[in-house]
Amino acid sequence: MSVVTVQLGQCGNQVGQEFFNVLCNDSSNAKDKHYKDCSHERFFREGPSQDLRARAVLIDMEPKVISQTIAKAVKSDKWRYGEKSHFCQKQGSGNNWANGFSVHGPKHEEVVQDLVRKEVEQCDRLTGILTMMSLAGGTGSGMGTYITQCLRDTYPHTSILNHVTWPYNTGEVIVQNYNSILTLSHLYQFSDAILVHENDAVHKICAQLMNIKHISFNDVNKVIAHHLGSTLQPVYSTSSSCYSRNPIGEFMSSLVNHPEYKLLSVRNIPQMSSTSLAYSVFHWPSLLKHLRQMLIANARMEEGIDWAVRARSVSISDKGRTTREPGFNKSLANLLILRGKDVSGAEIGGFKDPALYVPWLPVESAFSSWSSSVPFSGYEKSATLVSNSQSLLAPLNNMVGKAWNMFASRAYIHQYMKFAISEEDFLDSFTVLEQVISSYSQL
Amino acid sequence: MTQSIVVQVGQCGNQVGCRFWDLALREHAHVNKKGIYDEALSSFFRNIDTRKNDGGASQITGGKISTLKARAVLVDMEEGVVNEILQGPLREVFDSTQLITDVSGSGNNWAVGHWTYGSAYRDQIVEQVRRAAEHCDCLQCFFLIHSMGGGTGSGLGTYVLKLLEEEFPEVYRIVTSVYPSAEDDVITSPYNSILAMRELTEHADCVLPVENQSLVDIVNKIRHMAHSGKGVSAIKKDCTVISSQGGVSGVEKPFDGMNNIVANLLLNITSSARFEGSLNMDLNEITMNLVPFPRLHYLVSSLTPLYTLADVNIPTRRLDQMFSDAFSKEHQLMRADPKHSLYLACALMVRGNVQVSDLRRNIERLKPTLPFVSWNQEGWKTGMCSVPPVGHTHALLALANNTCVRPTFMDLRERFGKLYRKKAHLHHYLQVEGMEQACFTEALSSLSSLIEEYSQLDATKGICMPDTSRLSIAT
Ligand SMILES: Nc1nc2c(ncn2[C@@H]2O[C@H](COP(=O)(O)OP(=O)(O)OP(=O)(O)O)[C@@H](O)[C@H]2O)c(=O)[nH]1
Ligand SMILES: Nc1nc2c(ncn2[C@@H]2O[C@H](COP(=O)(O)OP(=O)(O)O)[C@@H](O)[C@H]2O)c(=O)[nH]1
Ligand SMILES: [Mg+2]
Ligand SMILES: [Mg+2]
Repeated sequence: MSVVTVQLGQCGNQVGQEFFNVLCNDSSNAKDKHYKDCSHERFFREGPSQDLRARAVLIDMEPKVISQTIAKAVKSDKWRYGEKSHFCQKQGSGNNWANGFSVHGPKHEEVVQDLVRKEVEQCDRLTGILTMMSLAGGTGSGMGTYITQCLRDTYPHTSILNHVTWPYNTGEVIVQNYNSILTLSHLYQFSDAILVHENDAVHKICAQLMNIKHISFNDVNKVIAHHLGSTLQPVYSTSSSCYSRNPIGEFMSSLVNHPEYKLLSVRNIPQMSSTSLAYSVFHWPSLLKHLRQMLIANARMEEGIDWAVRARSVSISDKGRTTREPGFNKSLANLLILRGKDVSGAEIGGFKDPALYVPWLPVESAFSSWSSSVPFSGYEKSATLVSNSQSLLAPLNNMVGKAWNMFASRAYIHQYMKFAISEEDFLDSFTVLEQVISSYSQL
Repeated sequence: MTQSIVVQVGQCGNQVGCRFWDLALREHAHVNKKGIYDEALSSFFRNIDTRKNDGGASQITGGKISTLKARAVLVDMEEGVVNEILQGPLREVFDSTQLITDVSGSGNNWAVGHWTYGSAYRDQIVEQVRRAAEHCDCLQCFFLIHSMGGGTGSGLGTYVLKLLEEEFPEVYRIVTSVYPSAEDDVITSPYNSILAMRELTEHADCVLPVENQSLVDIVNKIRHMAHSGKGVSAIKKDCTVISSQGGVSGVEKPFDGMNNIVANLLLNITSSARFEGSLNMDLNEITMNLVPFPRLHYLVSSLTPLYTLADVNIPTRRLDQMFSDAFSKEHQLMRADPKHSLYLACALMVRGNVQVSDLRRNIERLKPTLPFVSWNQEGWKTGMCSVPPVGHTHALLALANNTCVRPTFMDLRERFGKLYRKKAHLHHYLQVEGMEQACFTEALSSLSSLIEEYSQLDATKGICMPDTSRLSIAT
């Protein structure tokens, strides 16, 4: 019933650390013992002195981030990483995907597989693997891609969820679009699902919902961790009337019902600073109404939603031509997760509206919902929506466009050729992603 | 953690190098109050237990500092500067075995430095560098420091560069090159510079060109700041930017203020590799992000704040000023105007109390004012190091791959032409064994094609380039 997490690169390790923090704080404060036990079993094991040890493996090619991450966990005084569950080298991949993929990946595959195996052996049953990394760097993206591929081969029947951090639109790594398209195109071929957090969107949540003035990566990571926690913490399964046993597997079967479509995004409501939270009251109808409109109008947060956008797949204009509803974000599948007080009374019919979905799938297989009456992370009520929708189409199209422009001048290609990635490889990646773009646009 | 080795060649190289070692020691002393030999220190220093006579000893980090030795090789074909170092406060930091000297100098003749001393000292230099490399457990980078205008730094320095490439092809070569001003007292400096340029273009991973005239201007501006308004005392004593205490010798020398600026450049460029931060920028990320085409690897740098040195509690407006200044002409370590030329790529390396939101705000603010090449409109790289320089709360180093290097190169070519047309001093070069007329013509054409490559890119400035039509796929 457990999930093993593999954190790769600076981003993967920093986000992963916050993720376990959220999980541990949430479940330790939960009043429901079964919830607590289920969460602990899922993400933690018992250490030598009955303390909590994250079921996680930490990988980076430079030592600084790993030691910082381990130290931060120790400082939390609630949980820590396994004594020997980490691996690092002395020098990073230098933002070069090719270096991570062609050099570090193959070179350290065995060690990493060993570490993962040791974690897996400590699970009564392994139900899924979660990898965490950024798209833009060299280690997380390049080596992460390679390692995901290896894990796929070693654990053919285990669901693998790739969590990726999408770079800010500008200003971090110059070759980020190259690294990202190489990662996404490879992952697309063997991953079960790719769960995306865009740094720009999360940054806005920090600024506008959390009211943070000087936003640090720490703040950004806390929001991502909150989203992930609210998605992956235990939920009650009505069919077996106990906590669901295979979260990642069920997650995949709810959301990835067609192999062409694997890009998932997360929305969550409510989200606010802890001071505001203390003075707020929530009602399910209003929360869900907002969340539904966030989905339809493709907004990442409850502020600034465009209420004019309506769910309508096609409309026939007076000239008899079919046009698309402007701004409408069509879904292939949605998973709604409700947590907290009075969940059973929450009315979720609005998410079963066929107008949200493609005509060629019955709504029953396009929409699923989970719920738990245990409030999540101090929110009396909260709702999370994971979507396989057109939400990432624009960012992906934008990214591929920029990478293609750069590729046309062959800028930076020599850096990749040094590590055995050729122009052909780039072209293959472009082809894969143009296909993905085309598939999502045609929804 | 990785290590780097500094190779300082010639008078300029050694004088700048020593300012670097001095400032690096002070910075680590400030951060590392417990006197532990930590990972950060190990990147540029070895820790030697002098009581053991095996010379090797406590490489392992975590122990007490006993004696720190610089990971450096000092090369000069005159003894003067190196001897002074050996009598100055930094003498402990170098072993006599790290020094390679001769007595007669290169007479400001690139050919003598490159060919005569190159072949004479080749084995000795390789041997010394190898020894320094053996003391590293993961050697990442060589920092070569030299001047372009003289004979030793320029000639022998670029010879060493080739040696490093041959012997350690995997290790990055970042070169700090001091370019002569137009009024330079070395008459043959245009020859030397152009002969050296070719080697830099062909054998360096990246070059940080620094012009003496710009350094003079910046030093004057800092002096002016200190004397006007706030008074001399406004500038704090222990600031590493301009202070020259503990320099090569006790008294301040003419180049010290200038060399401190270059030393700070090196300190900041390596800070993110030495200390931790929420977005590390390792040395190997510099070329990966800033060098789109192998030959176009000249990076113009600027350091800010230069003269808000005295302020400690700098409010946010000042923080944004630091970002604005980094793009102004006056703050470049080269006489160049990046804002009115074309950016191929730009890196911002911040130190201290600066958050990702500060970076984002400033990039958004400045982006519209800066022309970027069409295929790299988002050509920004950022690094965040949490340890600020001594005496500051924050600092910024901007590195730009920008076509604004062109005027300096063209100017140099013109000065070269004036001498070359008259064949002035040519015979001094041609009589050196290994040197031929072709060396001049090839160096000149190498520089011309470099200028041409930058020009072609520069010409695309302001022209709206349509997006390349996308790859079509069968649907
Ligand atoms: N949200 C978030 N993004 C991060 C964090 N750290 C880095 N990033 C993003 O990750 C990308 C850079 O990748 P890194 O994770 O630093 O790179 P790496 O995987 O360590 O690879 P190399 O350092 O190149 O070997 C950029 O897009 C950053 O915005 C973090 O803590 N949180
Ligand atoms: N910035 C700076 N420039 C120097 C210094 N010493 C010499 N130069 C410059 O270096 C050039 C002469 O080269 P030099 O280093 O003296 O010759 P070498 O010893 O033969 O390499 C001239 O352009 C000088 O202005 C120094 O300490 N700092
Ligand atoms: Mg890294
Ligand atoms: Mg001289």
